[in-house]
Amino acid sequence: MIVELGHYALILALLLAAAQAFFGLAGPALARERWFGAAPSAAAGQLVFLALATTVLVHAFIEDDFSVRYVAENSNSALPLFYRIAALWGAHEGSLLLWIDVLSLWTIAVVARLRFLPPAFGTRVLGVLGIISFGFLAFTLFTSDPFVRLTPPVPDGNDLNPVLQDFALAIHPPILYTGYVGFSVSFAFACAAMIEGRRDQLWARWMRPWTVIAWAFLAWGIALGSWWAYYELGWGGFWFWDPVENASFMPWLVGTALIHSLAVTDKRGLFKSWTLLLAVAAFSLSLLGTFLVRSGVLVSVHSFAADPRRGIFILGFLIIMIGGALTLYAWRAPRMVSQAGFELVSREAFLLFNNLLLVIAATVVFGGTMAPLIAGTLHLGTLSVGPPYFNPSFLVPVLPLLALLSLGIHARWRRGGLRESRRRLLVSFAFSLVLALALVFGVYAHPLPLTPIGAVLGVWIILSSLIDPLDRLRRGIRVPAAILGMAIAHIGLGMFVLGITFVQSNTLERDIALKPGGSVTLAGYNFRFDGVQNIEGPNYEGLRGTVTVTSDGKPVTVLHPEKRRFWVQGSVQTTAAIADGLHRDLLASLGDDVGAGAYSLRFQYRPLIRFVWLGAFIMAMGGVTVVFGRRQRGAGWAEAAQPSTVAADTGSA
Amino acid sequence: MNRFILPLGAFGLLLVVLVVGLVHAPEKGIIVSPLLGKPAPQFSLPGLLDQTSPLQAQSLRGHWTLVNVWGTWCGECRAEHETLLAIKAQGRVPIYGIDWKDDDAQARAWLNELGNPYDRVGADREGRVAIDWGVYGAPESFLVNPEGTVVYKYVGALTLEVWQREFLSRLL
Repeated sequence: MIVELGHYALILALLLAAAQAFFGLAGPALARERWFGAAPSAAAGQLVFLALATTVLVHAFIEDDFSVRYVAENSNSALPLFYRIAALWGAHEGSLLLWIDVLSLWTIAVVARLRFLPPAFGTRVLGVLGIISFGFLAFTLFTSDPFVRLTPPVPDGNDLNPVLQDFALAIHPPILYTGYVGFSVSFAFACAAMIEGRRDQLWARWMRPWTVIAWAFLAWGIALGSWWAYYELGWGGFWFWDPVENASFMPWLVGTALIHSLAVTDKRGLFKSWTLLLAVAAFSLSLLGTFLVRSGVLVSVHSFAADPRRGIFILGFLIIMIGGALTLYAWRAPRMVSQAGFELVSREAFLLFNNLLLVIAATVVFGGTMAPLIAGTLHLGTLSVGPPYFNPSFLVPVLPLLALLSLGIHARWRRGGLRESRRRLLVSFAFSLVLALALVFGVYAHPLPLTPIGAVLGVWIILSSLIDPLDRLRRGIRVPAAILGMAIAHIGLGMFVLGITFVQSNTLERDIALKPGGSVTLAGYNFRFDGVQNIEGPNYEGLRGTVTVTSDGKPVTVLHPEKRRFWVQGSVQTTAAIADGLHRDLLASLGDDVGAGAYSLRFQYRPLIRFVWLGAFIMAMGGVTVVFGRRQRGAGWAEAAQPSTVAADTGSA
Repeated sequence: MNRFILPLGAFGLLLVVLVVGLVHAPEKGIIVSPLLGKPAPQFSLPGLLDQTSPLQAQSLRGHWTLVNVWGTWCGECRAEHETLLAIKAQGRVPIYGIDWKDDDAQARAWLNELGNPYDRVGADREGRVAIDWGVYGAPESFLVNPEGTVVYKYVGALTLEVWQREFLSRLL
């Protein structure tokens, strides 16, 4: 009975989404101001019923209600409580519900800040969000209903996919979706601006904070997923260019371009149509990612159970949303073209390069991801491209992007860019050169050809990002949140570049069969295998090895790699043991029993790998600083409704 | 014709690729199984209905076989059952069932109630054999040739249409 109540709540949410879409778009279009109020009310009602439906499903998981098919397929009475709740988004149906929940929360956040937008504009934004919500609710109810009953009920469930029984992965989807779905707000703002055919650039100022927050969450989500893959899959990789990973990475790259072009549109009124197109593209790529992952069109290790019927539904939705937005763009963008100019060496020009290079990078990823499909369409057979394509092609646009960054952040708006900063840039570059080369040839030997380039760029980005904030501090001027956030984000990027550079060129790994007592030395660390013992967890049994690591005879750490066999699904999973450190990770994973008491083992030394995730995390923190740092000073994006004031040098790009 | 129509055009091209991809999506099931073209894995399972006749790899030799992985806990399997009974009635190939992670008594009751399409059923109580077969979820069906090689795998509930198109066409 309770389950049917949840089902009913979901249906009511669908109807409210329809109301939100209708009143949100028809109200302003027909100039019926009395209809305006209906859109926020419908959004609030939707949140209530979605909360109810979600609570009901969580309740079914907690109470082990195996008469619900989704629960029976993704939970088990032996599953710990935390994972029983996280199992809610452990498979297709529930993760869609989570998607809609997140959208509803974003919508309510827009409602809460509605008073800072012109009424008609804000109402239209809600209308567009209503269409998206309606589409996803209809998709859930008609093709992926999580409330379907199982008759007769089963005595026990099929258990959550063991891969998902992990803390980082349990919290990964909500964070990733917050980013993904957040771009729907940017999309809605862009659509509202195009519907109104606004000639001003205020919409860019209104859109900016939402976009930056969505972008930051997406960065965290991607980093968390990568970190999970690193320690859970157990072979030390952290990025596989898998379709599912690319599906989140492409919107992030375009989102990065978007937050930079929004800066230009907001400050200078330039790139208007380009910014609109990027806002449409960021969300379209999120939708496309959903399509690729859920329709079974591409085969991926992370794949959800595929169903062509779902594919057809999402395809229809793509046509309506993306096709509709791009038609709107073709119709409205020509009248929104701006007429201001700028010189070749100016902030605007550097941001234009930034945008072009980021879009090229996204196109490279897109091409690789779609290659199997395109090859299939042209009857070139089944073809799949992997790291040998992605790694070098991705660097082509990204290396110049990184090289231009330090110059770009010191260029002035409009013209005349680098003259005043030339000295500082040269000094910081000289410092970077010395520091990076010392790192490459002194600390880590055996560089690859690209190692010195990566190291110099990484260090230079960090040092040059520090120049402006430090200069202001020295002169006793407060550092505005926009400047501080930009510096933090770029420092994060620099750390990320350093991490990738050294982990790619200086990782050492060794596969070896050892008997207890045997040892091997890697990068100055001695790994001694001390044997295995049997272990038993709440829903698995397995083996646990002991590896003692020493350096120059001094103990460093003791590692316990595990192999677990989950009872219910019977699958075996290897859990690598990782000794993490800021300057290096040491990994041990346990392989098969090779007979005579010996086991195959894999040991790895990975320098600076923490910088990869730490860098991504700090990058996203920069975005949060820009948005919330500004708010705390009281002005907030409240000032949005007032005319634009171009402060001389507060460009957060 | 203005340049602002270009994105719409690009999206149109993309749609063509997606539609073609979607039309071919069911064939993707072929690619995902590493077992295809390889001998069926070695296994031996106790018989569910007849304790004295185990289901094992040797049972698959000398004739075409449809190996079907199912369980009473699996909702889709119930939907698939009618199809299996119809395939049984056609009598083209024997159907061997792997009863996956199931309760023996319940499984027997299910076959009594709904009818038994299987010539043999092995009870894979802990799901170890299903792992060797690379089973992702129930139901899954494998077509094994007289040499014991897996030639086709289908994920999801079989329908007569799929049976005609994907299985019977390979029997010839």
